[in-house]
Amino acid sequence: MRGNVIKYAQDNIDTDVIIPGQYLKVHDYAELATHAMEGLDPNFHSKVKEGDFILSGKNFGCGSSREHAPIALSHSGIKAVLALSFARIFYRNAVDGAFLLPIEIEQDAYDAISEGDEIDIDISTNEIRNMTKNKIYKMKPFSEIIGKIISAGGLFKYKPDQD
Amino acid sequence: MNIVEKILARSSGKSKVSPDDVVFAKVDKVMMHDVSGPGVIKVFDKLKKQGISVDKLWDSKKVWVAEDHFVPSAEKISAENIAKLSKFTKQYGIDKHFKYGMGQYGICHTISHEEAMVMPGDVYVGGDSHTNTTGALGAFACGLGHTDIAYVLLNGKIWFKVPETFYFKLNGKLPDHVMAKDFILKIIGDIGTDGGAYRTMQFGGSGIDEMSVQSRLTLCNMTTEAGAKNGIIEPDQKVVDYLTRRGATNVNLIKGDDDAEYEKIFEYEGSEMEPIVAKPFSPENISIVREAPSVELDKCYIGSCTGAKYEDLEAAARILKGRKVKIRTEILPAAISIYQRAMENGLLKIFLDAGVTVGPPTCGACCGAHMGVLAKDEICISTTNRNFPGRMGHVESQTYLSSPLVAAASAVTGKITDPRDLK
Repeated sequence: MRGNVIKYAQDNIDTDVIIPGQYLKVHDYAELATHAMEGLDPNFHSKVKEGDFILSGKNFGCGSSREHAPIALSHSGIKAVLALSFARIFYRNAVDGAFLLPIEIEQDAYDAISEGDEIDIDISTNEIRNMTKNKIYKMKPFSEIIGKIISAGGLFKYKPDQD
Repeated sequence: MNIVEKILARSSGKSKVSPDDVVFAKVDKVMMHDVSGPGVIKVFDKLKKQGISVDKLWDSKKVWVAEDHFVPSAEKISAENIAKLSKFTKQYGIDKHFKYGMGQYGICHTISHEEAMVMPGDVYVGGDSHTNTTGALGAFACGLGHTDIAYVLLNGKIWFKVPETFYFKLNGKLPDHVMAKDFILKIIGDIGTDGGAYRTMQFGGSGIDEMSVQSRLTLCNMTTEAGAKNGIIEPDQKVVDYLTRRGATNVNLIKGDDDAEYEKIFEYEGSEMEPIVAKPFSPENISIVREAPSVELDKCYIGSCTGAKYEDLEAAARILKGRKVKIRTEILPAAISIYQRAMENGLLKIFLDAGVTVGPPTCGACCGAHMGVLAKDEICISTTNRNFPGRMGHVESQTYLSSPLVAAASAVTGKITDPRDLK
């Protein structure tokens, strides 16, 4: 999976800025995408490209259980969010609904990857390759259940009884 | 095992579970509202297209539905969402749909306890992050997104990783001018908005034993703001009485074992607690009220699942009785049953005499939806639970989170005020 990085170098990016509360009534995914990150970066919608990644700090997606948050990012073209840590509901919504990959990274990757860098993510080797800077970083592996749900393509396609 | 481990073991048919085990837990109750419900309906439509049957729910008797975020319908999209919900509950035979304009309705987390929808020992999931609230009744209460809620509606179970537990012990009663809200803000200030991430936050000790059920609900409600999976309090006779008064029968108690294990124990002395506010733009950004910045407030908002239970309204009325508000003040009881009690006991008269606008139950401006959202640069003191940028309206508005006592005292002075300092 290869794409360019949009970096928000801060912790605690919450669901109120990922998709403000006034849009919770909206269930049209394309319309939600036009308001993604509106509370933090009004230019996000114009700059994001299909296949991009977001890079951020600790506790990404904290706040509400709104599935609108991973939906708005995913329908903006975001394939993965790389963060030092995630809030739990955002994380499981992203995985169970198969909207995007929440990838936990270490401090070295967070510090080294810059806005606009082209990176390649390989979840089979847990490696992130920075094509722009020609460097390789390790991502934290998914836990067993998360790995299985991701491989199945979301919770509804995952068959726990066949384990 | 501690209480959460016992509940998850029982619900997953295991004799013992430990932190980090992954279980598929059978769900006892599931809730959705006018934001998560239409999301669930959208997931159902998608499943139908994939050939997955959505003709029948696993058990429509275990499902209940609230209307709270955009009610009374704020404009046509929210009106359509409410219509979709009504169609859904009719189609699937869900009897427990609390509709506005038809008797009891209110904020889902308030209905969960006001209507005794959830019992101690239940696995209760809801399509809203503050589902944690109801852990104060001794349930494993956890918020989920709408894909997960759709999965529960069809399968009756959902996966959980058994959480580690942080135990918060309160020694002795809180002083009269300090509320549960102050205590939970203090805890969030201490551990941070990710301090409880993925964990259970359990509360206990003599201060919790002494605390009313409604105060305990405030504590569990804001475990969400510490990132916790859930909050929980071992149920006691007060919980039995509370639920029985609201029509429940055969309320069973459940407790952790004597040798239950906790990842960490935090101790607080009740007598040392102070009124607290959380300053913009995070619930962890706390200050003692007497040391808070001297800002000119524009608004006071007393509402939400966190801060508009009957007890919260009573606290505000103690302050507002015989006084006038100096800034725009709204009070929105969190459920019709609370509104009615407030009327019968004279609270509404106190509020109206003070100059307050009293509104209908709704999540309203707490989530920036409607009913008094904030303009650019406006500063609000609020009994709600979050103050992230734009939470209550314009991204450049500001919200200070406080207890109902502090909010009401501040409404009287127009500045952030400790209730003890009110003349």
